[in-house]
Amino acid sequence: MHLSEEQLVWYRYGEAKGAAAIGEHLAACATCRAAYQSLERVLAAVDQMPAPDPGENYAAAVWQRLEPRLQQCRPAQRDEGAVRSLTLTALFATWRRLALAAAMAVLIVAAFLLGRFWPRPQTVARQPIPEQVRERILLVAVGEHLERSQMILIELANANPGPQLDVSSERQWAADLVGDNRLYRQAAARAGDPAITAVLDDLERVLLEIAHSPSTLSGGELERIQRQIESGDILFKLRVVESKVRRQEEKPNGL
Amino acid sequence: MSRPEIGRQEEFRLLVEQHSRALFGLAWRMTGNQQDAEEVVQETFLRAYRSFDRFDGRAQPGTWLHRIAVNCALDLLRTRRHDAGRVELQAVGSDAGDAVPARDTAPGPDRLLLSAEVQRRLTAALGRLSPTERAAFVLRHYQGCPIEEISRELRMSENAAKNCVFRAVQKLREALQPLL
Ligand SMILES: [Zn+2]
Repeated sequence: MHLSEEQLVWYRYGEAKGAAAIGEHLAACATCRAAYQSLERVLAAVDQMPAPDPGENYAAAVWQRLEPRLQQCRPAQRDEGAVRSLTLTALFATWRRLALAAAMAVLIVAAFLLGRFWPRPQTVARQPIPEQVRERILLVAVGEHLERSQMILIELANANPGPQLDVSSERQWAADLVGDNRLYRQAAARAGDPAITAVLDDLERVLLEIAHSPSTLSGGELERIQRQIESGDILFKLRVVESKVRRQEEKPNGL
Repeated sequence: MSRPEIGRQEEFRLLVEQHSRALFGLAWRMTGNQQDAEEVVQETFLRAYRSFDRFDGRAQPGTWLHRIAVNCALDLLRTRRHDAGRVELQAVGSDAGDAVPARDTAPGPDRLLLSAEVQRRLTAALGRLSPTERAAFVLRHYQGCPIEEISRELRMSENAAKNCVFRAVQKLREALQPLL
């Protein structure tokens, strides 16, 4: 008996029952093989159907149209108990808990310091802490941030994609780092440092991806994150930026 | 806007940056034209934003958005079908929309150029699929989703999802086989 059309379709999509037997039949039977090849030609044509490329600036265009609409559609009120893991408040709370004692000085000070790391031409009116001390505190904090980020990425990049991998601690860790990263990225952007902004931007995407991932990753999900880490050569770039920051940290006069 | 509100928007903006293009591709496959695809992308993000607070990381953001997009596209296809009796389809490049200029993906040297006739027939055949057939087929063929996942996304039994994909393949075969 020859293979049914359904068998051929599910065989093509890798979801046929008794795939091995179907494969054997195809190898032995010219009639079914011809039917299968004709199916393949049709589906190959479907594959080649050109889809328009919306262009590199598409996301920006989407956001431009979306942003004013978001304000009219405020998100549904959150339930008292159900708090999303990644609220800014939570990030700041964890940031304070995790940051180095020196960098803990208070968030406002830290945000102020960030402007100093990539110095802006405008002078800031009040300077509550001597400049060198502030810069040192900030450089230490940025250095730590880059180091912690690398550790998490290295860990995931080298994990073996098994059936299930518990990443709940990495996930929490990434969520904690996203907030800091955003502040540093914004400071770098303000200061017009496109290279560092780009690295931090890449890092932020990966951190968000990890922070939003399930606490247990399947092999495929892990591989996706690993590909994302590899694709931008992000670990290498992070090492370069970190060593740059560390060198400045060692200079007797800060920056 | 309050401070957490700004933070939430900033976070959401990153999702938009990261996923817009992929969602557009999916929406275009589902709707077959650019204006509708753009509408689907907008509607997807609006719906996503409304439930952003409840998105707690159980799913990958990409998977989450992609589910919403599939449902938005289905809604749109169903409305269109209801309005016009059939889904309007435009061939790539004949699009009059000006919001985003469409560029055909250039065929690589190893890629066969589809003859205009094949492309025309294929576009027409895809347009004749029912909304669920089209959704199921796009998910299976272009997105590589297994049947089990399709049945969850389209809220139908696995058997029904299988039938949808199979019927779609048969219709495409009928339209194309004589030319290939
Ligand atoms: Zn046979």
